[in-house]
Amino acid sequence: MNKRYWNEYQKAIADDHYFYERSCIRQTFFPGSETTFLKIMKEELQKDIRDEANQHTCTGIGYHSDIVPIETTLTIVARLYSLMTEAGYTHYVPSCVTSFGIFTEMTEMWLNNPDLLEQTRENLRKATGREFELPQNIAHPSDIIYKFREELKTKMKHQLVNRFTGKPLRVVEHIGCHYAKIFPEKGIGKAEFPHVLAGMIESWGGEVIDYPERRHCCGFGFRHYLLQENRGYSIANSKKKFESMEPYEPDFIVTNCPGCSMFMDKWQYVIAEMDNKTYDKEGYGIPVLTYEEMAGLLLGYDPWQLGLQLHQVQSEILMNKIGIKFNPDEKFRGANGKILPTPDKPHFLKQ
Amino acid sequence: MGNIFNLLTQDIRFSEALKACMNCGICTAICPAAEFYDYDPRKICDIVQRKNEEEIEALLRSDMIWACGQCLSCKTRCPRGNVPAEIILVLRKTAQELGYYNDVAKKQQHRLAETVGKNILEIGYCVHPDRVVPALHPEQGPIWEWYVKNIEEVAPKFGANYHGVGPGALRTIREETLNEIRKIYEITGGNQLMDKLLNNE
Repeated sequence: MNKRYWNEYQKAIADDHYFYERSCIRQTFFPGSETTFLKIMKEELQKDIRDEANQHTCTGIGYHSDIVPIETTLTIVARLYSLMTEAGYTHYVPSCVTSFGIFTEMTEMWLNNPDLLEQTRENLRKATGREFELPQNIAHPSDIIYKFREELKTKMKHQLVNRFTGKPLRVVEHIGCHYAKIFPEKGIGKAEFPHVLAGMIESWGGEVIDYPERRHCCGFGFRHYLLQENRGYSIANSKKKFESMEPYEPDFIVTNCPGCSMFMDKWQYVIAEMDNKTYDKEGYGIPVLTYEEMAGLLLGYDPWQLGLQLHQVQSEILMNKIGIKFNPDEKFRGANGKILPTPDKPHFLKQ
Repeated sequence: MGNIFNLLTQDIRFSEALKACMNCGICTAICPAAEFYDYDPRKICDIVQRKNEEEIEALLRSDMIWACGQCLSCKTRCPRGNVPAEIILVLRKTAQELGYYNDVAKKQQHRLAETVGKNILEIGYCVHPDRVVPALHPEQGPIWEWYVKNIEEVAPKFGANYHGVGPGALRTIREETLNEIRKIYEITGGNQLMDKLLNNE
């Protein structure tokens, strides 16, 4: 019965030849994760993936903040598709979950409204002289890592296992809302039972924590985080999740959404500084990783090249549990080894 | 059918967003904004589908339509396939178009246009480390401050191409590309909306 249920929830993910679109938020906060995704695709899986120089924002954050009209977003998306078409690709891979929602939504609109598609073609032609085709497949990078998770497992040097206890690490997985809430059938496991991260965690030796607020939004809220006076909304939603997961004592949180990774990290810092409260027992906070950081650590990549030091909640305790060796002296050095002043320490959140 | 309701129905998203609401309230039960704000998506669906022009106008002038956080959780649960968060996008668009959005929303939308809106048109990114200024983002913490201060030394460590040419994270987007984005804005109404918001109209 269970098997039939899950079979119904699979989605099509292309095998090879991907056109990669970068995320504004991830380039800003976690550039190492995008680099790691491309490295995994090329070096571990031997896939063809194009990182296009001429790409740009999809406008998603502006669209959901009501400062970009839908006609503009449609035509910007069309321009990005024209780059894919021009490069000879048909499989579109947007790095950002907001973008994944935008590309899926705009494409569905065009498929359901041929007149709208024609209008957008005309707008793009008029503005840029470009032509575009719709992609044959749109997949989020986390879909692709999920698809090849067993192949990657054979290359991994570590597992999600606590080397001191021999037990699986306990992991909170958080799925970005726009991955499957807008179009449930576009996400592995749909909106209510997303399996995209849970599948990676289970395959790689960890244990998924099922907690009451598992599907609750991180609280980005677009205009709410972007406007200083509304940030209370954002932190309140994250706090609700932290309180709900705390009794299950997670070893770390993993997310597939740029905003969620950043907010769930930074709001732990803010709550620690405001209330001297952390959601682990020792006062260090719960590390929040991207799925590429999780995969990269298990594959034996250098944590400081993955960019783990850019999180405010640090990951050394987690790395020790997994058995990952790292050089603490390298952590805050420049790319050429230059010694840089280290960051200030928070008052309460232990580092 | 009144003028405002008619305007709402002209938006391509509207017919998909509101079919027939039976007022069960499951959207409100799951909505994060309903938990923290005086916001009720069930009530919004009800007001809109009643087609009462005065009520819809009052809604467009209210704070309520600006509370939605666009998580789309409402879509996953509605037994009638309505999407209150999409109705919100249409209401906000119409409030801005008619100049009905209230003074608080007007100031806030102005600031969003000044920041994210200008980021898109000036550098081709919605967000970029050069524009997440630590003084305005204390929640980002001391490591963000350290990163921004040392970004030229540190970003290449993560494979970024900060202000570089060619592909890669944080590359400078070419002027030709930016000009195409600007032209798209010009042709599709993006500039018109930006001007309106920047001029507080």
